[in-house]
Amino acid sequence: MSDLTGLPWLTILGLVPLVGALLVAVLPSGRDALAKTVALVVSLVVLALTILVCALFEPGGDRFQFVQAHDWIPAFGVQYAVGADGIALVLIALIAVLVPVVVLASWYDADPQADRLRRVSVSGVRAAAAGSSASSRRVGGGTAVLDAPAAPSPPSDELPPRRSVKTFFALLLLLETMMIGVFAATDVFLFYVFFEAMLIPMYFIIGSYGGPRRSYAAMKFLLYSLFGGLLMLAAVIGLYVVSASQGEGTFAFEQLLGLHEQMSTTVEIALFSGFFIAFAIKAPLFPFHTWLPDAGAEAPVGGAVLLVGVLDKVGTFGFLRYCLPLFPEASRILGPYVIALCVIGILYGALLAMGQKDLKRLVSYTSVAHFGFIGMGIFAFTTQGQSGAVLYMVNHGLSTGALFLVVGFLIVRGRSRLIPDYSGVANVAPILAGTFLLAGLSSLALPGLSTFISEFLVLLGTYSRYPVAAVLAALGVILAALYVLLMYQRTMQGPLRLPALLGDRMPDLRLREVLAVAPLLALMIVLGVYPKPLLDVINPAVEATMQDVGRTDPAPTAND
Amino acid sequence: MPTDIPSPELAYAPIAPLLIVFAAALVGVLVEAFAPRAARRTLQIAVSLVGLVAALVTTVLLAGTEELVFNDAIAVDGPTLFLQGTLAVLGIASVLLLSERSLDASGGAVVARAAVLPGSREDVELAEATEVQTEVYPLALFSLGGMMLFPASNNLLLMFVALEVLSLPLYLMAGLARRRRLLSQEAAVKYFLLGAFASAFFLYGVALVYGYAGSVDLGEVAAATGTAGSNDGLLFLGLAMLAVGLLFKVGAVPFQAWTPDVYQGSPTPVTALMAACTKISAFGALLRVLYVGFGRAEWDWSPMFWAVAILTMVVGGVLAITQTDVKRMLAYSSVAHTGFLLVGVIALSPQGLSGTLFYLFAYGFTTIAAFAVVTLVRDSSGEATHLAQWAGLGRKSPLVAATFAFLLFALAGIPLTSGFMAKFAVFTAGLEGGATALVVVGVVMSAVTAFFYARVVVLMFFSEPAADGPTVAVPSAYTAAAIALGLAVTVVLGVLPQPVLDLADRASRFVS
Repeated sequence: MSDLTGLPWLTILGLVPLVGALLVAVLPSGRDALAKTVALVVSLVVLALTILVCALFEPGGDRFQFVQAHDWIPAFGVQYAVGADGIALVLIALIAVLVPVVVLASWYDADPQADRLRRVSVSGVRAAAAGSSASSRRVGGGTAVLDAPAAPSPPSDELPPRRSVKTFFALLLLLETMMIGVFAATDVFLFYVFFEAMLIPMYFIIGSYGGPRRSYAAMKFLLYSLFGGLLMLAAVIGLYVVSASQGEGTFAFEQLLGLHEQMSTTVEIALFSGFFIAFAIKAPLFPFHTWLPDAGAEAPVGGAVLLVGVLDKVGTFGFLRYCLPLFPEASRILGPYVIALCVIGILYGALLAMGQKDLKRLVSYTSVAHFGFIGMGIFAFTTQGQSGAVLYMVNHGLSTGALFLVVGFLIVRGRSRLIPDYSGVANVAPILAGTFLLAGLSSLALPGLSTFISEFLVLLGTYSRYPVAAVLAALGVILAALYVLLMYQRTMQGPLRLPALLGDRMPDLRLREVLAVAPLLALMIVLGVYPKPLLDVINPAVEATMQDVGRTDPAPTAND
Repeated sequence: MPTDIPSPELAYAPIAPLLIVFAAALVGVLVEAFAPRAARRTLQIAVSLVGLVAALVTTVLLAGTEELVFNDAIAVDGPTLFLQGTLAVLGIASVLLLSERSLDASGGAVVARAAVLPGSREDVELAEATEVQTEVYPLALFSLGGMMLFPASNNLLLMFVALEVLSLPLYLMAGLARRRRLLSQEAAVKYFLLGAFASAFFLYGVALVYGYAGSVDLGEVAAATGTAGSNDGLLFLGLAMLAVGLLFKVGAVPFQAWTPDVYQGSPTPVTALMAACTKISAFGALLRVLYVGFGRAEWDWSPMFWAVAILTMVVGGVLAITQTDVKRMLAYSSVAHTGFLLVGVIALSPQGLSGTLFYLFAYGFTTIAAFAVVTLVRDSSGEATHLAQWAGLGRKSPLVAATFAFLLFALAGIPLTSGFMAKFAVFTAGLEGGATALVVVGVVMSAVTAFFYARVVVLMFFSEPAADGPTVAVPSAYTAAAIALGLAVTVVLGVLPQPVLDLADRASRFVS
């Protein structure tokens, strides 16, 4: 075992998908099936390697393991430095699980539209669009599109004639490299590089393979993230300048840890804000969330899973890894305000989710609420809250990922994203309805499923410091039950009514689709019953973070 | 005052790069006069390339030199050699672009008879003809020679001469576009008129500074600013007027008005030369004037430069959003980049100097490749520069579109491109120099500039191609080589910038 731990594991994990991406990209066009197979195999190899890495990780060992550091740009004091603490490790594991799932679920998503239609039994898209506008009139509800700026473009837009299949899968693998890199980096500069570079593949995934308003959504996604990222760049440089004033300028995380003692509170708050806004946009916290419903709704399903499941976690991960330990004083001062934003996000996201007619927008809004919970757990400054938040990140990736996938399976059949177009689907597609229900229940944190544990921990951890916030957030739990169950009831139960192009038959989930979604559901149940291995890995890292911040858990009394 | 004029000590070796480029230009004139028409083009290309390569080699050989020659008029030091080397390489790329003949059916981007009245019968005939003239090569070489002299001048009068030597050929070359003659002539006239004004300001500034310091030598100007004088009015006015001349050349607001028209009207290879090389050269001169001559008067000029830098970033970034022509958009983007560069200049520190040098190097290569790509997208009337015509380019020729997208991302400063490293370098220097507000404006405007770059990417990749859209011409080896060079530097500097950072770092010392 000992010689195994010496290998540069994190670099290997990052390189494998990169090589895979290049391989897929240089395949001759026309060999689409081969490209997909290569992508799947590569992502499975990454998964296998990740499992090995997780096995090698010692929960009680050093804070950062698999550490590597090489000079990259000495002129700026930049190192190629990677290492994984418990938090980063579980998130990398989440990536490794989600990518093969996404590859499998997106098998036909990049194919030319004509083929996809043929695959589902067809009459035409225009018929579906006509049907949707007719049926949407039946459901009253002007509140539904509170922030949808415009009606969807004409359906002709929905049929890009020729799209490169291999590029899609190459982009997915490239994205995996960047995502692993962003969590593995222990050099702030390196983190920033991945943080920004990660946008580009996602930008193309949304923009080239998304829905009717894809270019609008891609642009909005890019600009919001870039804007936040550039503010963070200013803060990163600021951090470097402060460290340079103490001697050699550096970006190494562990050397930056004690730096806040040299900063005035004003400087600390300014630098904190730079990081915080970038992460809050990424996460997204209310009021920085408005890009997510567009991006989530227009992205292809696989892209949406990775976007909400992993990319957004970089924001909450950033809070925990960078905002809190590097700027403890500022975090203490601003923490209560952040908690307030999180509570607003929880309630606002839930209310808006209830009002959505578009399935993918609905799922996106549920994420806004969930990210409120994660943020709250982090800024509550309790071990329970933060452990819960990290666990929440993983569980949210699984449950929202599953929900997006199932919604995607429904949409690819009906060619409509609108809830009013579907009714009684459970009658014709019981497996689809069943997985939909399970994913939904996980999203509303039903006890017995993994999400319950994390939500409970977050609420518990928050209550000991901010009881009012915890009580208000608990309302969000009830609202979650409402939006999930209403969505299920409207689409899956009741009399059968399907988009016109389907007639009265809808094919149930195929084997490929079941294989894609089953691992996520299984993990949700297993982790719901037995979360200990995960918590064992997370807890030491969270405790280390709490130590960096210099805070201890409040005594368990009600009037603390 | 000594009555006898001291004869200058002539040291030719340190200025060998300059001598070689000017000699090549003169040879070019002779070729134009005496060589048979059929052989001219080949000869001109050969002379230009050989001259520039030799200049590059000599700058490399001179590396490490730090001396003032010709009675302190020329400073051969780190910044000079770094910029001269950069200019030589970019000059080679520009000459390659000028040599391209397979894109335009009638051969080359440059018109044969520039003086013909646009719209006249002769002009119509000219548009059909396949005549090719080659006087553009010596013109480019003279201009490049001037550009290499400009940042090396340690004497304001010599700097003025260099300014004229680099500008006059450019005024002419701006009017040489083969297509859209009227636009090109307009560009030439505008550039000439405004440039002449700017030169006049510069010259007046030189006079006033002479009045203040009693010398046009930058070293003596520096000495004079160190002593408390009563003639501060002369100093302020003189410096302001020098700044007008220099800021005009770098395209800073409020002296940017010429950039979009001139960039759009000039033949694209010339635009590339202007955008990359003129900016580098003028920034070199600006750096020398501020760092060597007026370093001690920092508090007198830095508020003005703060205002100019902020204005330049904001105006360049915002106006670029409204552009519908790709060359005009790149022009405004170059204005915004001038603003980012000024952040490094204002830092007035070795880090600021090396950061600015690195930025100029990175920016030059990216820009030249970007304009080279613009020459490839054509329709029946020449280059198709309207942005709407670029819709769906990613479908029609993914390679060209991907190249352009990458260059745009580099200009936007996305990590893993040279643009990001460059921005990082100047912003770090700015923040270390205490210019927090400038850096914040810089990052916010970077986000704004990202918008219009990304918009082009949206057009190319996410939009449907128009039915009668332009075609992407297959370039000859000349243009392909220029694009490959620019692209390679943009990639390499994005991943492994250390060698060039080291180079810029070692070069970041002015001799005085």
